[in-house]
Amino acid sequence: MELFHNLALGFSTATSLANLFFCLIGVLLGTLIGVLPGIGATATIAMLLPITFQLEPVSSLIMLAGIYYGAQYGGSTTAILINMPGESSSAVTAIDGYQMARKGKAGVALATAAMGSFFAGTVSTFLVAIFAPPLTTIALKFGAAEYFSLMVVGLVSSIALAHGSIIKALAMVALGLLLGLVGTDIYTGTPRFTLGIREYADGLNFVAVAVGVFGIAEILRNLENEQTRSVLMSKVSGLMPSKEEFKAMVGPVLRGTAVGSILGILPGGGAILAAFASYTIEKKVSKNPQEFGHGAIAGVAGPESANNAGAQTSFIPLLTLGIPANPVMALMIGAMIIQGIVPGPNVATEQPALFWGIIASMWIGNLMLVVLNLPLIGLWVKLLTIPYYVLFPIIMAFCAIGVYSVNSNVYDLYSVAFFGLIGYVLSKLRCEPAPLLLGFVLGPLLEENLRRAMILSRGDPMTFVTRPISAGLLIFAALVLVVVFLPSVKKKREEVFVEEE
Amino acid sequence: MNSQKIDTTNLICGLLLIATGIFFALESLDLELGTALRMGPGYFPFILACVLIVLGGVILFQAFRIQGEAMGSFAWRGMLFILPAPVIFGMTVRGLGFVPSIFICALIASFASQRMKPLMAVILSAGLTVFSLLVFSYGLGLPFRTFGPWLGY
Repeated sequence: MELFHNLALGFSTATSLANLFFCLIGVLLGTLIGVLPGIGATATIAMLLPITFQLEPVSSLIMLAGIYYGAQYGGSTTAILINMPGESSSAVTAIDGYQMARKGKAGVALATAAMGSFFAGTVSTFLVAIFAPPLTTIALKFGAAEYFSLMVVGLVSSIALAHGSIIKALAMVALGLLLGLVGTDIYTGTPRFTLGIREYADGLNFVAVAVGVFGIAEILRNLENEQTRSVLMSKVSGLMPSKEEFKAMVGPVLRGTAVGSILGILPGGGAILAAFASYTIEKKVSKNPQEFGHGAIAGVAGPESANNAGAQTSFIPLLTLGIPANPVMALMIGAMIIQGIVPGPNVATEQPALFWGIIASMWIGNLMLVVLNLPLIGLWVKLLTIPYYVLFPIIMAFCAIGVYSVNSNVYDLYSVAFFGLIGYVLSKLRCEPAPLLLGFVLGPLLEENLRRAMILSRGDPMTFVTRPISAGLLIFAALVLVVVFLPSVKKKREEVFVEEE
Repeated sequence: MNSQKIDTTNLICGLLLIATGIFFALESLDLELGTALRMGPGYFPFILACVLIVLGGVILFQAFRIQGEAMGSFAWRGMLFILPAPVIFGMTVRGLGFVPSIFICALIASFASQRMKPLMAVILSAGLTVFSLLVFSYGLGLPFRTFGPWLGY
């Protein structure tokens, strides 16, 4: 079996002492960040990205992946204990998890979340291992036209899954694409939109844009109204669920894993949608739906499994096609490029140890989360009492160091401040930053493939619809756009996002 | 038209997007546009800029049709202290060196919250500086100058 051979290679890579260590650091940092509200996984990975440059490519990607799912996990801890989701994908967990905590079942809720997440993580790791190679084979047949169409699908899906106005999300994509084009034109060497500043000739620094739009803007939003957090309880006891509770969580965990795995592959923020979809399903199939909102264990088990499964399977488009499914994956692409790896279908064949090492480390990371975090919950609870005004100067300093260490370019620091302002203003104008960042990453790739496809087809734009794969992708993108603009779906979509907040 | 019916958020949003679109469109026109077969450096950005202007127009139009919620308060104090922090770090890190720069950066950022006391800010910034020096300079071996030429090093 080639699958097992590959997984064996992956595990031997991931279980090297150094990689285990970085995986551990990753999940610990991730949980820490997930627990501390006011700083999300995207901003953290952006900040810590430069630290990983000194590491081996495998280790750095393993650590970044660890931060990502560690943060998902930590986010649910705060959602349950203080009704404040550290990550947007655990917003759904807060609904019933917090109610469970108020009834004195915080331990059970936390254990349910942990076990559901672990199960989902195990299944979806295997899914990634099974589905990544065949997709890679398909992707190798892709030409410029197919890549262009695929990226259009990615951008359109990010619009569909963004909060709020669709028109604004479209505008954010366009703006992101334009910002991505800043720098030297690859074909002619002409500097574009650099305002005559030589330091921007290589384009705007991705880390600077991400830290600004996500990190700084988030700090500013938090400073709008400072409030103190109250921790529900300082001691959590009774971790082990009873037999009945075990029975009650099996179904939701299985369904959540399935829903999450499918939605995670979709570009544009699958984990958030997965958690919500799972909650809706559980409420529908439950025998006593009135329990939901008052501490139903299914309301914790389902969404928690779903968001973890979604977080995991969102690696599939990244590893096979080099297309990011969400802003965190976009950062992973940035990390790969800086490490000298071109993301895309060739990674699996050219760097099998890296490819399978990352997949195997996901499972190990999930195991670490369960083993480490349940005993460490007391420590995380203590961390919650750190006041925000102590945290953000630390975050600011790390942002500055992190961004500067990428290229030692002081202009990147000016970009951070500028994009922090932009990000804050955009959030005030109710525009989502995620489509903007996705557009920013895909901008240069999109243009390059468009121009290449047009040259190959001798200027005939029909090339995008006469090639079957490309045509199929474009039809899919068009369908998604039509569907989100349908009045009934539009209304439903608004409800979804209203309830989520 | 009743002036109270205008949604200011969308009004500002639309105008800003249109302005940005016009800026990029004008800049693109300075570049060579080329043809669909051989696209010049200005071709793709020009199309995008036009799309942005149109979308900005739609949002502007919506401002007069649909009423949204108000924008809420702005974190003026936050912006005043948070945004300059990385800029000042950037301006001083080469001259003053890593240690004084990061101290100043953290100190400025500290005052973005009205809850922060001056003494607390100094202690926090000093601790942070020591920690960063140990972790980033010594631990991770990032090539920073501890103290810069402006201080005579």
